[in-house]
Amino acid sequence: MAKFLFYRLLQAVFVVLAVTLIVSFAIRLTGDPAIMLAQGAGSITEADLVRIREALGLNQPFIAQYLDFLRGLLVGDFGRSFMGGTQVSHLIGRALPATLALAFASLFISIVISIPLGIKAAVSRGRWPDQLIRVLSLIGLSFPNFWLAIMLVLLLSITFNLLPPSGMEGWTSFIMPAATMGIILTATNVRLVRTTMLDTLRSQYVMVARAKGLSNSVVLYKHALRNCSIPLITYFGLQFGGLLGGIVVVERVFNWPGLGTLAFEAVAARDYPVLQGVITVLSLLIITINLLVDIAYGLVDPRVRKD
Amino acid sequence: MLSLNSPSLRRFKNFEFILGILLVGGITSAILFSDWLFPSGGSGINLAMRLVPPMTEPAYPLGTDPLGRDLLARVIIGGEISLKVGVYSAVGAVVIGIVMGLVSGYYGGIIDMVVMRFADVQLALPFILLAITFIAVIGGGLTNMIILLIISQWVQYARLVRGSVLSLKDREFILSAKAIGVRDVRILFQHLLPNLIGPVIVLMTLNVANNILLESSLTFLGLGVDPSVPSWGGMLAEGRTYLQTAWWVSVFPGLAILLTVLGLNLLGDWLRDALDPTGRTSL
Repeated sequence: MAKFLFYRLLQAVFVVLAVTLIVSFAIRLTGDPAIMLAQGAGSITEADLVRIREALGLNQPFIAQYLDFLRGLLVGDFGRSFMGGTQVSHLIGRALPATLALAFASLFISIVISIPLGIKAAVSRGRWPDQLIRVLSLIGLSFPNFWLAIMLVLLLSITFNLLPPSGMEGWTSFIMPAATMGIILTATNVRLVRTTMLDTLRSQYVMVARAKGLSNSVVLYKHALRNCSIPLITYFGLQFGGLLGGIVVVERVFNWPGLGTLAFEAVAARDYPVLQGVITVLSLLIITINLLVDIAYGLVDPRVRKD
Repeated sequence: MLSLNSPSLRRFKNFEFILGILLVGGITSAILFSDWLFPSGGSGINLAMRLVPPMTEPAYPLGTDPLGRDLLARVIIGGEISLKVGVYSAVGAVVIGIVMGLVSGYYGGIIDMVVMRFADVQLALPFILLAITFIAVIGGGLTNMIILLIISQWVQYARLVRGSVLSLKDREFILSAKAIGVRDVRILFQHLLPNLIGPVIVLMTLNVANNILLESSLTFLGLGVDPSVPSWGGMLAEGRTYLQTAWWVSVFPGLAILLTVLGLNLLGDWLRDALDPTGRTSL
C-alpha cells in the first residue's frame, strides 16, 4: 500500500507540474503584457515599459518566472490582478465557493435521479423501461449545456416567471444552473449505474439474497447497491473534471459569480495572472479529487494497488 | 433474463440505426446542398423583415433574425462550421492516436511512458479550460480550434489502441507472423490494426458528436470561429439578447445542434453493439 501511495502521489505531482507549465507557457505566448497594460495611459516611453516589466517580473527568463509562480503556488500567492491590483488569491477565494456549491448541487441532483433510474433499467433489461431510459439518456447526452440553460431560462424565467434568470441570490437561484448540469450528468450516470448494477445482479450473493426470500427492494437497494457503490463513486469522482468544465460554461449563461465568470472576465480584460490562477486552481481541484478517489479505491480493493 | 437477441431488442437497435441515419444523413445533405437550396446564402439583410416569428411568412418558415435574415437558411448554412470542426478534428486525433497507441503498446518503453503520462495530464485539464487558456492568447478561428481538439483527444485513441495491442500481441497469429519474419510495420498495420479498429470507430463517432458540442460552446462564448461566419454557437450568442422578445432565434440553432449530435450518438450506440455482438460493453 505504501508503494502504491508513493507512486500515485508522484504521478499527481508530475501532473501538477505539467499542467502549470502548460498554462504558464500558454500565458507567455501573449506577447508583451506591459504594452497592453500601458494602453490608454496616454504617452508611454520605453522607460515606462521597462519599469512595468520589472514590476511584473517579466524581464526575467521564462524558467525563473515559472519557478517564481511555483513558489507562490506553495503559499497560495498567485500574484496580483493587472486590473486594479487585487490579490488573485482573494478573487479566487471569493469565486471558488460559488463554483463548488454549484458542482455539488449538480452532482447531488444527478445521483438522486440516476440511481433509481439506472436500477430500473438494469432490472428491466431489454424491455421497454430500459429502452426508454436509454433513449432519454442519449438525448440528454446530446444537449449542448449552454443551450439547455438558455431553454430553462426561456421556459421558467421568461414564460412562467418562476425563477430568477441569473445571479446567485437565495436558494431559488441554484435550481436552474444545478438542474442544467445535473441533467447532463444524469445522462451518463444512468448508464454507469445500469452497467454496474447488471454486473452485481449476476453475482452469487444476490442470488442467495433472493433465495432467502428477501423482498425485491431490500435485495436491490441494500445488498446490490451497496456493492455497486465503490465503482460508482470512482466514476462519479472521475467526472469531476468534465463537470467543472461544463460549469465554467453554464456560469456564463446564468451570470453565476464563480470561477468560470472570473475566467471569462479575465480573458476579456487580458488579465493573465487571474486567468492563470483560475485555471491552476481548477486543475489542482480535479487532480486532488482524482487522487483521493484512487487512494480510496486502493484502500477498499487490494487488486488496484498492484497496477 | 432476457435473451440478447430478443425481437424487442432487435427492433430497438433497428430504430436506433434508422433514426440515426435519417438525422445525420438529412442534416449533412441539407448542409452539402445549401448553396443550391439557398442561393443568397441567407445573408440578405432586410431590416423591414426583422424578427418575423416562425410560420407567419411563407418565405421564412422559421422566421427571421434581428437583421431580417432567413433563419432556416442560416441554421442550415451554420452547420457547415460545426461539421467541419467535428469531422476534421476527429480524423486528426484518430490518425495520431492509432499510430501512438500501436507503437506504445507494441514496443512499450519510453514512448509508452510518455503517452500514458500525457493521458494523466489530459484527464486533469478539461478541454474547455485548455481551450480558454490558449484561445485567449493565440486567438480563436477554425484552424486553432481543430488543432486544440486534436491535441486534447488523440490520447483517448492512443489509450484505447494501446490496451487492445497489449491483449493481442501475445496471441498466436501475431507470434507466428513474427516467427516467419513479417516486418514490424506490417504486423502493426496489417495484423493488429484490423483487429482493434471496431472500438476506435465507435469512439470516433461519439467524438465527432462531442466535438460539435465543444465547438458550439466555444463559439457561443466568443472564443471560437469569427462571429461574422454563420455558426450555431454564434447564432445562439446573438439570439440571447432577444430571448425576451424573439424565442425562435435562440431555439432553432440549438435544436439543430441537439438533433445532429443525437443522430451521431444514436449511430455510435448502434455501432457499439453491432461490432460487439456479445454485448459485454453496453447490454
